[in-house]
Amino acid sequence: MESLIQEFGFLEVDEISIPEQKLTDDLFEVERQLDKDVEVISQKPVSYLGDSWKRLKKNRGAIIGLVLIIIIIFLALAGPYMNSHEFDEQNLKISNLPPKVPALEHVPFLGLDGKDIEGQDTYAVKNVDGYYWFGTDNLGRDVWTRVWEGTRISLYIAFLAALLDLLIGVTYGSISAYYGGKIDNVMQRIIEVLIGVPNLIVIILLILVLQPGIVSITLAMVITGWVNMARIIRGQVLKLKGQEFVLASRTLGAGDTRLIWRHLIPNSIGPIIITTMFTIPTAIFTEAFLSFIGLGLQPPIASLGTIVNDGFELIQIYPHMLMFSSIIISLIMISFNLLGDGLRDAFDPKMRK
Amino acid sequence: MTRYILSRLGYMIFTFLLIASLTFFLMQTLPGSPFNDERLSEAQEKILNQRYGLDEPVAMQYFKYLGNVLVGELGVSFQFDGRSVTTIIGERIGVSAILGAQAMGLGLVLGGLLGIIAAVRHNTFMDYTAMIIAVLGLSIPNFVFAGLLQYWVGVRLQWLPVAFWQGFEYSILPTISLAAFVMATIARYMRSEMLDVLGQDYITTAHAKGVDRWKVIRKHGIRNAMIPIITIVGPLTVSLMTGTLVVEQIFSVPGLGEQFVNSILTNDYPVIMGVTLFFSLLFIAVIFVVDILYGIVDPRIRLSGGGRN
Repeated sequence: MESLIQEFGFLEVDEISIPEQKLTDDLFEVERQLDKDVEVISQKPVSYLGDSWKRLKKNRGAIIGLVLIIIIIFLALAGPYMNSHEFDEQNLKISNLPPKVPALEHVPFLGLDGKDIEGQDTYAVKNVDGYYWFGTDNLGRDVWTRVWEGTRISLYIAFLAALLDLLIGVTYGSISAYYGGKIDNVMQRIIEVLIGVPNLIVIILLILVLQPGIVSITLAMVITGWVNMARIIRGQVLKLKGQEFVLASRTLGAGDTRLIWRHLIPNSIGPIIITTMFTIPTAIFTEAFLSFIGLGLQPPIASLGTIVNDGFELIQIYPHMLMFSSIIISLIMISFNLLGDGLRDAFDPKMRK
Repeated sequence: MTRYILSRLGYMIFTFLLIASLTFFLMQTLPGSPFNDERLSEAQEKILNQRYGLDEPVAMQYFKYLGNVLVGELGVSFQFDGRSVTTIIGERIGVSAILGAQAMGLGLVLGGLLGIIAAVRHNTFMDYTAMIIAVLGLSIPNFVFAGLLQYWVGVRLQWLPVAFWQGFEYSILPTISLAAFVMATIARYMRSEMLDVLGQDYITTAHAKGVDRWKVIRKHGIRNAMIPIITIVGPLTVSLMTGTLVVEQIFSVPGLGEQFVNSILTNDYPVIMGVTLFFSLLFIAVIFVVDILYGIVDPRIRLSGGGRN
């Protein structure tokens, strides 16, 4: 204002100045007293996540999946400490014991009574007291402890891979879509090439060179795994960045970083969660698959995949080793898939079929 | 259309070269040489290296290798003395192809039926059952499923042979193991596509005209719902390829997948590299064909700048 007046000297000051009066309440009066409650929102506003959660709760499959995942994670953390056996404690005198569980041993059809497939009570023959809930393996290690220890490692690899996929994918996808133009072009060409690469083959090649281990398996999965996330985020950001709220935020002075991290990515949270939910079972499967073809973790570390693989060798005589690990790995996969499906419906009710 | 095909072809070649280079340089980083034997004198080692071109600079070896790959020359196996990788692939691909084709056929038919039933009987007991089967098929890892089948049907019930490849009945269990995933995927897609199609106006029109209910489903519903299924046949073929790795191993089927896994176990690097390249080429080719096919079947999809969304 001051500069304006200096520049255009002919303007009279009092012609444009706003009266110095303070705006106090007594200057206003309510026009129609009767309508004063009309605009009050009677219910607490529902957030996007809260709304989705409400829809998710109605989906029986998803809730079963969620509960199973929580139980499995709990057992993976606490299971190995529930009995006194160590996961690498070998004792050949008690090898290949069938499962035996207190109380449940009296229920005949469950097969948890310590008898092998010929109906012989191995616990009595080998003179073992105590219970091995899931039996023991060919080196006399407690299968219960090993299975949960393995589940923990499998879940650890899967969560780590999903997290890294998420970080790389979200960053790459949002940068590519947000800046657009030449940057987008180059970044999309790179993705186009990577999409054509068969993931599993690259993972196998990398593991051959890197030697199997928790870190190398995770990295090998991430090297090709982030592409999917990046594409989904790019699509989302492309859709969002033309919308008015982004323009409004930019007009108010928000920078690129703020726009991406505070507006575009939080608004893509639905697809991000869904994609992550499907990345986890894929990673668990891939890790188990690698163990199966002989590129898995090396003893004494064991994952679910290596335990399944060990079980195969003795499937004909001692099927219990394969059964428990197979059931648990299948349960994990089923629960994550159910939850993922439920989340997809919950986040995007329009897509629901 | 031509421009689109050409650009996809360009990507295909580039991707393949990338994979070929990756395999070459990854194998270069492996320690040791095939002739690291103390019994060999220095002169003998030199002769061997010369014979296999290992004395040349890496760049030279690389270009020679690329040239060989382009003419289908994939080197000689370490494990099977003097046999070329190309011959080994040639001998084994037939069995895998039969197995894959059977699994794909079975999966497509069963999955399609399951999906159609689920959509037509939407939100009924049959729908839920079909979808539970589909979730199980998607979730249970193929090696677990194969192992269970082998144990129950082969060992306990003794209905079908447990392993090997000596006739049609030997292929049943491996086929079912592989088909489960295909069936589950197709069933889910088919169901959602059918539901989509059955909600369209032209279906209501057909009903209003008094066309028989099943005729509407057959002629209007299924036909239109099948178009998008083409897009997932590509990824499914790929999953079948990786599926054969474990399923052939479990059932001792003498296919390419079993060879690949055994080569990994015996560190037979030329075979690993050769089969890797072969699988990659198949993978790339399948995706390419599917993209083009989809463009022809459904002209609405964007043809320029990447057909797949």
